[in-house]
Amino acid sequence: MKTKEVLVKVDNLKKHFPIYEGVIRRQVGAVKAVDGVSFEIFKGETLGLVGESGCGKSTTGRTLLMLHPPTDGSIQFKGQEITDKTGQEMRSIRPDMQMIFQDPHACLNPRMTVGSIIDEPLREHTNDSYEERLKLVQSLLELVGLNSSHTNRYPHEFSGGQRQRIGIARAIALKPEFIMCDEPIAALDVSIQAQVVNLLEELQEELGLTYLFISHDLSMVRHIADRVAVMYLGKIVELAEKDALYGEPQHPYTQALLSAVPVPDPLKEIDRERVILKGDVPSPANPPSGCRFHTRCPIANDKECVTIDPEWREVRPGHFAACHLID
Amino acid sequence: MQSVLEVNNLRTRFRTQDGTVYAVNGVSFSIDEGEMLGVVGESGSGKSVTMMSLLKLIPMPPGEIASGQAIFEGNDLLDMKPDELRQLRGHHIGFIFQDPMTSLNPVLTVGHQIMEPLRTHLGMTKQEAAARAIELLELVGIPMADQRLKDYPHQFSGGMRQRVVIAIALGCNPKLLIADEPTTALDVTIQAQIIDLIKRLQKEFGMAIVWISHDLGVVAGLADRVAVMYGGLIVEKADVRELYSNPQHPYTRGLLGSLPRLDGTDDKLVNIKGQPPNLRQEPTSCPFAPRCDFAFDRCTAENPLLEQVNNKGGGMHEVACWWDIDAEKPRYDQKS
Repeated sequence: MKTKEVLVKVDNLKKHFPIYEGVIRRQVGAVKAVDGVSFEIFKGETLGLVGESGCGKSTTGRTLLMLHPPTDGSIQFKGQEITDKTGQEMRSIRPDMQMIFQDPHACLNPRMTVGSIIDEPLREHTNDSYEERLKLVQSLLELVGLNSSHTNRYPHEFSGGQRQRIGIARAIALKPEFIMCDEPIAALDVSIQAQVVNLLEELQEELGLTYLFISHDLSMVRHIADRVAVMYLGKIVELAEKDALYGEPQHPYTQALLSAVPVPDPLKEIDRERVILKGDVPSPANPPSGCRFHTRCPIANDKECVTIDPEWREVRPGHFAACHLID
Repeated sequence: MQSVLEVNNLRTRFRTQDGTVYAVNGVSFSIDEGEMLGVVGESGSGKSVTMMSLLKLIPMPPGEIASGQAIFEGNDLLDMKPDELRQLRGHHIGFIFQDPMTSLNPVLTVGHQIMEPLRTHLGMTKQEAAARAIELLELVGIPMADQRLKDYPHQFSGGMRQRVVIAIALGCNPKLLIADEPTTALDVTIQAQIIDLIKRLQKEFGMAIVWISHDLGVVAGLADRVAVMYGGLIVEKADVRELYSNPQHPYTRGLLGSLPRLDGTDDKLVNIKGQPPNLRQEPTSCPFAPRCDFAFDRCTAENPLLEQVNNKGGGMHEVACWWDIDAEKPRYDQKS
């Protein structure tokens, strides 16, 4: 670890989306998208957040930036509690926390030129003159590997990978400290994925950025992250340094997830042992009792696993997990 | 081993208002009985269009099959009348599509959709077809199959729907199964379930499978042979172990280098520079040349054909490239 200064600290964060039913729209339940997650992100590191679709990883990321008001819990950014801030106060914090979106086709306004897309945060948050901003926009375009003369073009003139670069240029325009990357490469082709990931790594080195990298691609997270958190049905089940998590996964869900990822090497694939999980992910509106994973867990017993929610504890130094059956 | 399907020089193009898109530009391959052929490539490389063209599943017009042959059981698929082709589709040739959310009809019960090919192609009565449908659902691992026949697709999860699609495809014991990115829309743990299922079914029924995927990892564990597509052409084709251990085409090398691996290192990913090709022009030279580190004058003048290369492991290994990547010199004499 480079430095141990905590940039973001999340404590018991919850985000429930209410379900309404009937004529008078009475609340009949809630989708517990995020149900009590706690973690810290250190300055300068990349924290990977992985899980299957619907496990709440994107909601965690968005709640972290206060794009959804949290139901419960606390979020500290640079030592400041941000959950009770007003909209005006949040505005002054937002330049330091930016976001890169999943779909490069949807995150850019098709009616704005690339120049004005990247310029928008500068216009909102700085008092620079037009000439100064234009110069900055051009240097940003070059920084992300695009031609600086392209400021007058529209997003549709660019390919998916190039559009993702434009999104990245917009995110770094205000020199943020923290960027939440929500599946930034999921919509891209393999050869373009590598280009974008390399760019993100270069920018991190150059600008000292801190990333929360949300992805379902475990191989890519292994490549880019320093520490990795695994989510299942609204909870983090395991969090550790990358090598510890991939080398000695402790939680049975992490083990199954890792064994399910194919490796591009036929010789290794032949004798790899696979843990094949039964069934599907249960609904977050009505999660199973006790440990949420017990319905699919290959080693669950019918005692504490079914009745008691496992405690989040340090099972090895620096290696956290929530499971009754790890000694 | 006898080949089930032999495709020669298939060319498909789409005539649109903005000009012609050359999607498939002379693809040839064959697949043997009981074999699994993996077809990999990025989006727009022509892998789906190739397979859809064989069964005329592309919209025509604007689509157009300009040339080619596809011999299936002695007959040319591309020459067949629509009626004859309809006899084959879903009967001798099964198809699994990428997105299980859209490939099932939302207003018909799952039972109806499984029974439909059984009744039209095999002439089963309703009772026989229902019994077989239950058998098929059990085969693909759907619990309480007899009660689920009357359910609609929206009552199933994504992985379960893909199992239903597989059950439909297998209903008439096809000789050939074309699986077009069958696991791309699914989560990894569900993907592992489906791959496991298809492996088991292939052992049981012995059909030939064409598995289209953009994921080199999935194909590594499944296929017997792999074809790599780029710009509407097959650029490399080899036995699976040979391809991954000794890739000969710069594109295949680049693709493998740009993949982070679960068992990998922290090395910087090797990326392929540039953008995927524009298919608005018929390729007259190597489509990969503008992105290739090894390109020389011949690459921009002539389009290389697939040629057998010497390999370490023996067996088939064909590559379409003018440059010998190991010897670091042009593969053929210029005069040829």
